[in-house]
Amino acid sequence: MFSDCGDFKTRYEQETAVFPNDVGRLALGIFIVVWFLAVPAVAGPHLLTIANLTGIAVIGATGLNLLTGYTGQVTIGHGAFMGVGAYATAILAARAHLPFWAAIPLAGLITAGVGAFFGIPSLRLKGLYLAIATLAAQFILEYVFLHWDWLTRGTSGFPVPTARLGRWAVVGERPFFWVIGVSVVLITWLNLNLLRTRVGRAFVAIRDNDRAASAIGIPLFRYKLLAFFLSAFMVGVAGALYAYYLGVVVPGKFTLDLSIDYLAMGIVGGLGTALGPFYGAIVITVLPEGLRAASQSLSNVFPNIATALNALREVIFGVVIILFLLFEPDGLADRWRVARAYFKLWPFTY
Amino acid sequence: MTIFLQLLVNGIVVGMVYALAALGFVLIYKASRVINFAQGYFLALGAFGALAIAQVTHLPFALAVVLSLAGSALLGLLVERVLLRPMIGEPVIAVIMVTIGLAAVLRGGIVLVWGAGNFGFPQLLPEAPLTIGPLIVSPVHLGALGISLAMLAAFAFFFRNTTLGVAMRAVADDQQAAQSLGVSVRRIFAVSWAIAAVVAAVAGVVVGSINGLNADALSFIGLKVFPAVILGGLDSVPGAVVGGVAIGVLENLAGGYLDPLVGGGTKEVAPFVVLVLVLMLRPYGLFGTVEIERV
Repeated sequence: MFSDCGDFKTRYEQETAVFPNDVGRLALGIFIVVWFLAVPAVAGPHLLTIANLTGIAVIGATGLNLLTGYTGQVTIGHGAFMGVGAYATAILAARAHLPFWAAIPLAGLITAGVGAFFGIPSLRLKGLYLAIATLAAQFILEYVFLHWDWLTRGTSGFPVPTARLGRWAVVGERPFFWVIGVSVVLITWLNLNLLRTRVGRAFVAIRDNDRAASAIGIPLFRYKLLAFFLSAFMVGVAGALYAYYLGVVVPGKFTLDLSIDYLAMGIVGGLGTALGPFYGAIVITVLPEGLRAASQSLSNVFPNIATALNALREVIFGVVIILFLLFEPDGLADRWRVARAYFKLWPFTY
Repeated sequence: MTIFLQLLVNGIVVGMVYALAALGFVLIYKASRVINFAQGYFLALGAFGALAIAQVTHLPFALAVVLSLAGSALLGLLVERVLLRPMIGEPVIAVIMVTIGLAAVLRGGIVLVWGAGNFGFPQLLPEAPLTIGPLIVSPVHLGALGISLAMLAAFAFFFRNTTLGVAMRAVADDQQAAQSLGVSVRRIFAVSWAIAAVVAAVAGVVVGSINGLNADALSFIGLKVFPAVILGGLDSVPGAVVGGVAIGVLENLAGGYLDPLVGGGTKEVAPFVVLVLVLMLRPYGLFGTVEIERV
């Protein structure tokens, strides 16, 4: 029932198990039930907004983590991919009248296709060059969002119909809390299990050494495209949820800044870790919200402080990224692992 | 034909600015293999710094610019020492993200100090446009062209005829060999950041005197640098110049001829379409070193 104080694994299945023992499984189950029942009952609308935005960010960051953290392909275009998911949802729901449970995965698939297309340069490029190629994808997609009015309605924005399940309309923070929560659980479950398969191991092999991976028989290009595909699928789902949540899709939401936010989530949370996207999404979503709350309470005293705090938010964001890179390059997930190891071994910390 | 020539001339002037920004970018990449996402903010900071010094100290504008350039050089040295040196040997994403973090800090800092508005430099050259044959060129544009050309000539001389310039080329060519010949690689990294920041600041002042000062507009040039350097070749100094001018001309031609057809925005997106095409067909650009990987 409890964790062994040492490494006693004798079978491969024990290595790939998500939970080493039933305590973790049980604890997670209880946590999820409590989270879904207790939080909407207790939390006010403002806290639920933060929870919902964080949930969407967790899904997007999980997608980025799969591509950048596990497969080692740096991307600066995930903000635009999220936009593709949002616009695909708007079009599917408004023009094709699809229900939301069909529109969200379909939008994810469309985004996955777009992501795989922009992953084609990875055939020849890697590292910095690939990062620059995804930067170009970001700007090209932004152009499409803004200027292909016949498809995206440009600056005026694309309204998304209300999501309905039978007679139940998903309107307001509380229903979205459940929809987003279920999506987070599904995507995380998909992600964790994917990483235990042949495909997941191939991704990690490509990250660790692409030439060695190629030498042991992993077709690099196919797996890199697959990584782009799956990663863009998850980000597309995040974009689809965001579209329903906002009710209208506007191009200004999916800029380079969003892509950078996602990269920051990856860095702060810890790239290539299962829980990293959660920590990263929480920090990067809550940090500006906290500063915004501070600026609102202070604006009564200093009327001009709002602009200054906006700029200050930017500075703090940059400083957080830099400090993490300099002093905690493995992110919060590693900090958590160290803390856990400390208490697990306490009082014998050697 | 006149429209074509007019677009071409505008493109060359803008392209010269891109060439300056790209030059600094390539210097850093050649020496230390770092991609600098904060290049645009070095431009903005150089321009805003000159403005602030001129306003606060009431010095002549040219002197204020010189002081701002010196400040930029110090900033470059500081950034290299504090942020980039600990990143040596770290994965690509860490190096990219540290410059992105720096960009966020600089952007926030500029807005904190100056606010988000538009500013202008004092007018140095007469405003009345000159007419050369069928073309109309403003003296500011000519001045910008002159300054850019002078900078490029100075660089050509620097890399060819000075000890430091030759040492920088040696480090870019082979770090270990250069080190064994007594070149301090650490110093060269620092110097390349300082020079890159100074060149960017010059570009910032040039753009500031053409279009006025706006933090977002100035920093966006830092992103236009990517198509320019990829087209020219990421590790080629002449390539940066050629690529910068080519991208400037291209975006003006695209803006002039395609915008009426498709309705706006081509000027911003055309360089990035070119970027993708170059990456697909010839990733090392026009003059870059071809890296061949064999297993």
